Amino acid sequence: MLAPEPGLAARKNTEQNHNVADEGSSIVTATAARIFADLADPQTVNQAKNGAWREPLWRALSEAGLPLAWVPENLGGAGAGIAAGFAILGVAGRFAPAAPLAETLAAGWLLARAGLEAPAGPMTLAPARPRDRIVIDADGRLSGRATGVPFAQEAEHIAVLADGGRQQTIALVAATDCRFGEARNLAGDAANIVTLERVKPLRSAPAPHGFDRAALLLMGAAIRSVETAGALEAILSLSVGYANERVAFERRIGKFQAVQQNLARLAGEVAAALAVAGSAADTIAQPDVSDEAVFLEAASAKIRTGEAATEGAAIAHQVFGAIGFTQEHVLHRFTLRMLSWRDDFGNESYWAAELGNRVAQRGADEFWPLVASR
Amino acid sequence: MTTLLQFDPIRLPPECETLRTEVRAFLAEEVAAGTFDPHQPGHGDAYNRGFSRRVGAKGWIGMTWPKRYGGHERSQLERYVVTEEFRAANAPAHLHFVADRQSGPILLKYAPEHIKQDILPRICRGELCFAIGMSEPGSGSDLFAAKTKATKADGGWRINGSKIWTTSAQIADYMLALFRTAPPTKENRRHGLTQFLVEMKTPGITVNPIRQMTGKAGFNEVVFDDAFVPDDHALGEIDGAWKQATSELAYERSGPERFLETFYVLLELIRALGPEPDLRSAEGLGRLVAQLHTLRRMSVSVAGMLQAGKEPVVEGSIVKDLGTIWEQKLPNRVRDLAAFLEPEILNRATLEDQLAFATMVAPKLTIQGGTTEILRGIIARGLGLR
Repeated sequence: MLAPEPGLAARKNTEQNHNVADEGSSIVTATAARIFADLADPQTVNQAKNGAWREPLWRALSEAGLPLAWVPENLGGAGAGIAAGFAILGVAGRFAPAAPLAETLAAGWLLARAGLEAPAGPMTLAPARPRDRIVIDADGRLSGRATGVPFAQEAEHIAVLADGGRQQTIALVAATDCRFGEARNLAGDAANIVTLERVKPLRSAPAPHGFDRAALLLMGAAIRSVETAGALEAILSLSVGYANERVAFERRIGKFQAVQQNLARLAGEVAAALAVAGSAADTIAQPDVSDEAVFLEAASAKIRTGEAATEGAAIAHQVFGAIGFTQEHVLHRFTLRMLSWRDDFGNESYWAAELGNRVAQRGADEFWPLVASR
Repeated sequence: MTTLLQFDPIRLPPECETLRTEVRAFLAEEVAAGTFDPHQPGHGDAYNRGFSRRVGAKGWIGMTWPKRYGGHERSQLERYVVTEEFRAANAPAHLHFVADRQSGPILLKYAPEHIKQDILPRICRGELCFAIGMSEPGSGSDLFAAKTKATKADGGWRINGSKIWTTSAQIADYMLALFRTAPPTKENRRHGLTQFLVEMKTPGITVNPIRQMTGKAGFNEVVFDDAFVPDDHALGEIDGAWKQATSELAYERSGPERFLETFYVLLELIRALGPEPDLRSAEGLGRLVAQLHTLRRMSVSVAGMLQAGKEPVVEGSIVKDLGTIWEQKLPNRVRDLAAFLEPEILNRATLEDQLAFATMVAPKLTIQGGTTEILRGIIARGLGLR
């Protein structure tokens, strides 16, 4: 059982708290930032010869209750509330560590939907892509194939949403019961193809009424959006810092209008990502919010942060020039990771088609009311 | 790590939604009465005195100003709702809009009491139109190069020179203008400009309309030939106008008018696509929806920060930079997505008409009220690059 940090446990009712961006989130944010700064400094991690930094980082995160922030205390977690969890992810994005923190948070959240207890240790969740499907048979065994499952081979457990025809089931599966196909994302993080063949789950329970793959993907989309916004903040900070240091043509390059214009564009993309991701997280954190609101917010966030990642990565690399294209420099830790995140839980095109179809079905007269409702 | 930008997830409070219902009902009545056609932004007169007076009677001009000046002491967020509903519906609010958005707030801050008592209530009643006198034939974005002179005279100032690209000057009752009262100093090239309130019917003022490439007479040249402006019409510090334009900029730059200017083409596209668009159209539409939603959330966030008494100058500039580029590109995105529509769709004529108008209007969107280049300079300064 994880020992949640006092600050976290004390805030267990945040989920019922209407005003979410409160002190609970800021305590959690400070804790997360301290741990990452101490144990996952991007420069240190980038220069590390091996993965020795991983274990102390995970231990510190776990001791602070962060990976299970979204799991209520009675199910083995820290019960920190939705807003606090997203605040952790925003910080995580700013450090972009190669660690399954977001995945464990999301898995814990998924298990909690069905009242299932969360185990200790790193987890991930499946399916993580829109076209993948895992089914549950009459014997309660799980079969199917999920692609691009983030950090699957480093996870001890996988939280699975399984389709049982009429009824969706949420299940916890031991990683050792699954087969992993080797695959990595652009940033070198594991993104395995996970195959389940009549796997008997460790525990399972019906998903709540109305909870389906779309609900899971939307949560994943919001998670990746918040992380991307965090990574973009870090990229902006690095880029501005570099432009103020690097001298060329006898001036700091940040003094050139062409470079300033590029950095202002980058700031615009960062701002858009922060605004839309923050808005989606805030929406999901509210009680009694409509499915329609969650859909508009989370789908838009995934689309727009994905676009911001594409634009932002290109601009940042342009600012840094050749040095930013080296293995030695930390920039790629952020740019490649956020470019990879675009493909998790539905890419921009997937969500855009979904959103476009919804808007078309509502019709022109109902369009402005939808936009103005948020 | 320092946080360079802030966009809190501000939500409009419940009173805003009550207000929104009232605004929609009012606009529906106006459309039914034939005041304007929401589908035809390029047609009709955007300046509608009757409409502006009825808006004033509703209490929707000068909403945030003190009651003693005819205002209603409501929040920035309530004003936001009225502005966005009017924009989304293409309501003809040109007459009072500039006075409501920026001239009134400047008067509130810098005008002497008797002028505030005289003018602000009339703005609130929807009776007054304001123009802004900034650009000159030799100075546009470079505001501080302005040469039009105010020379001290007995009891006031004599104005000589000209302003250009002045929107609404042909019908405006007043202009808020920057005139040169002293040369710039070596240390400060922004020194020497003073802000004045000018009555447009003052003898010595000539307004020459300049036809725009859309065929409409949208802006003007305003020539001052020894026009007299009394002392109490100088606003704020003599020679120190440059100190007076910071927080106002955030209001001017971050409102819904900075991304909804061509919104009507998107609505018409949705109408044209129907309930079952092909995959290409659905995907294209979805991206536009996500981008629009993002811009609105950014804009509301800035309005919330303004309401909280903050001065989000950089955030406001970012909203205008992203918003105007988006609304400028929108007609062409819509054109692309409409390219394979069946020829016989019902609203083809309306869509084509709107696209033609929006395409012609588009170039000005990233120029008026602060060009993209100027905005990015402000953003760069905010990032610590200047």
